[in-house]
Amino acid sequence: MKQVEINDKSRRDFIKNAAIVTAVTATCGSLACSCSSKQEVVSNKIQLLSPDGEIVEIDSAYLNHHENMAVLSQHEQRVGIAGKKFVMVVDLARCKNARKCITACQKHHYRSEDKEWLTVKLMQDSEKGSPYWFPKQCFHCDNPPCVKVCPVDATFKRQDGLVLIDNDRCIGCKFCMAACPYSTRVFNWDEPEMPLDIMNLNYNAETGVPAKVGTVEKCDFCPDRSREGLLPPCVESCPNGVFYFGDENEDTVTNGDETLSFTQLIKDRAGYRFLEELGTKPRVYYLPPKDRQFPVERGYENLPDTIKARFKDIMEPGKK
Amino acid sequence: MELNTYQQEAFNYQRPNIEKFGKKNMMWSIFFLAWILVGGYALYLQIAKGHIVTGMRDNVVWGLFIVNFIFFIGLSYAGAIIGGVLHLLKVPWGKPIVRLAQMMTLISVIVGPIFILLCVGRFDRLHHLFIYPRIQSPMTWDVMAVVTFFAGAVLFLYMALIKDFAVYRDAKMNIPKWKQKLYKILAIGYRGAASQKRHLIISQNLLAIIMVPLSIIVASILSWIFGMTLRPGWHSTIFGPYFVLGALYSGCGVLIVAMWVYRKMYKLENYFTNKHFSYLGYGMMVLGAGYGYFTFSEYFTDWFGSAKWDNEVINKLFSFHEYGGWTLFANLAGIVIPILIVAIPATRKPNWITLSAFVMVIALWVKRYLIIVPTLETPALPMQDTRMEFVKYSATWPEWALTFAGIASFLLFFTIISKFVTVVPVSGLEEVNFPHEPHHHDHEPVSVKKEEIKTV
Repeated sequence: MKQVEINDKSRRDFIKNAAIVTAVTATCGSLACSCSSKQEVVSNKIQLLSPDGEIVEIDSAYLNHHENMAVLSQHEQRVGIAGKKFVMVVDLARCKNARKCITACQKHHYRSEDKEWLTVKLMQDSEKGSPYWFPKQCFHCDNPPCVKVCPVDATFKRQDGLVLIDNDRCIGCKFCMAACPYSTRVFNWDEPEMPLDIMNLNYNAETGVPAKVGTVEKCDFCPDRSREGLLPPCVESCPNGVFYFGDENEDTVTNGDETLSFTQLIKDRAGYRFLEELGTKPRVYYLPPKDRQFPVERGYENLPDTIKARFKDIMEPGKK
Repeated sequence: MELNTYQQEAFNYQRPNIEKFGKKNMMWSIFFLAWILVGGYALYLQIAKGHIVTGMRDNVVWGLFIVNFIFFIGLSYAGAIIGGVLHLLKVPWGKPIVRLAQMMTLISVIVGPIFILLCVGRFDRLHHLFIYPRIQSPMTWDVMAVVTFFAGAVLFLYMALIKDFAVYRDAKMNIPKWKQKLYKILAIGYRGAASQKRHLIISQNLLAIIMVPLSIIVASILSWIFGMTLRPGWHSTIFGPYFVLGALYSGCGVLIVAMWVYRKMYKLENYFTNKHFSYLGYGMMVLGAGYGYFTFSEYFTDWFGSAKWDNEVINKLFSFHEYGGWTLFANLAGIVIPILIVAIPATRKPNWITLSAFVMVIALWVKRYLIIVPTLETPALPMQDTRMEFVKYSATWPEWALTFAGIASFLLFFTIISKFVTVVPVSGLEEVNFPHEPHHHDHEPVSVKKEEIKTV
């Protein structure tokens, strides 16, 4: 009986949340649109659920605003998107180190080539174990060691599960970098190079733009894209659908092609979290590299030499 | 201020050090200032170009600066503990060296924190530590600890100096007017009245009672910056006491070296006697044994358990391709040699003890480096980076320049303070403070030296 009640409640919550999210998305879109005068209105109508529960038709141009135009207050950036609980599932059986995710991420965040918020490691769990490609972004831990140690609350955990950075507040002590067991965070050791118009923007924790010298930055799970109803660039750009991104509350994840139940996917494919024993409770799950779609060499052969050198020890053991 | 013969003697003997700066001291000071200037230029580069001028990168995010921070701040905590304990236990032979310990406390609590600030990427945002403090962070604990300790250290040294300031004020020394005035202000009207004496001693006792446990707390908090992370080699339950002991041990060493230098420089053989070297040597030996025991427990537990991540760090520390040589040095020179030197009667002599203390202090600096860098070079995920500087830390010249500037300012402070106050406290000296020494005012070498001074 109790179970039923809870289910009923959560269903009602879900509907309520969904309505709020849609409303927020729509408002953001229209606000952003009113700021950007150049945007042409294309007559491409899409249907949305209004806060009153009615289906309304809105021009899609209103939703497709410029990613850095988001008008979010400091408070909104820290609270997060209501009702969401972002989660990612990485299918290791599909990764062939195509590295499209990395370039897409760098492009989206205006980062130079040496700044890899998302990186692909070559893992070999044991001596006899077969190596496999291991894409790794920020795990947005539920018990984040980085947030615990920040002395000025510059890095914070949001209601929607994301761990973001306020780089206007960061003092650059790098304690979070020392505390993160996954080497996720990167530091602006010198003045970052970015287009001038981007450099002059107000900092937005949801986009991580613009970068600032002497501060820490990292993967942000692109909530700016989520607000637009889009997937993060790494998910979209992956040719093999390695990344499933979604909402734990909705129990749905998608890689753009297929949309699956999060719990079912984890159950069926024996999903696990990296270094679970550290107790950090990551929000990123991995599906073991079983029945792989590509031999590991496929991700090595055609790499540029500079990147190839990273994996030489494992791929060409005898050679030095 | 009425002085007894011992006090009068001690004052007259040290008086020229306050009245004149001295050529040698001037040269040393200029030398130290030159180093500080070079460090200043390095600091300018770091601020202008960013931390790119240092050897620190995304894996090894902290380097020489934090090593220096641990080192200096450790000396400071040690000075407070040694000074506090000697004061509270009323150790008779401790009287002449208490001031040295307190000077070390104050100077290193000034120099140390500069190095943690150098680790910070944004100098312009340091006030964020106070306007957005976040109490969960061990860094915030450390900010509070250092600030509290700094206040305590200043008071502790000052309280111990009030009586002496009154002596300097009344002595009609041959010094500039501003200095005379300074002593007058600092002596805050102390005349040696019974009530003044009582208040002063109560304050000093209270401060000593506060400073000793405070030092232990703040040294532990310092260790927790590392101990509270999940990293191998850092995430250890004994890190608190280990840091306390390491700090005390290196502080004892620096105290011995400082005693030796001042004894040479100001000919203080009658105050810093051979006995003092032996006694502090015994202290050093006991602390060394305790510190060695902690070191052994730490390495042995990690090695025996041999969990993968822990083992990676241990292998780096003990492999001669990596840090093996330094580990050997840190433990031989930092533990074995000082213990042997003090234990063997033939080498239990001031020069030998000082030499071993000096080498031990360097070894303990190296040990701090071995705590910081190898762990940071061992992340959980393979680094797989082709940029060598991201994989392996190697300090750059600005980091070294700032390190030497720190040491130079440490020494410069010592030089300057010894020109304002007598290194051996004048007030409060009694006959009991001179163990196993003949009445020193009848002692021949002293009278000879006194004449030397007169002729200068």
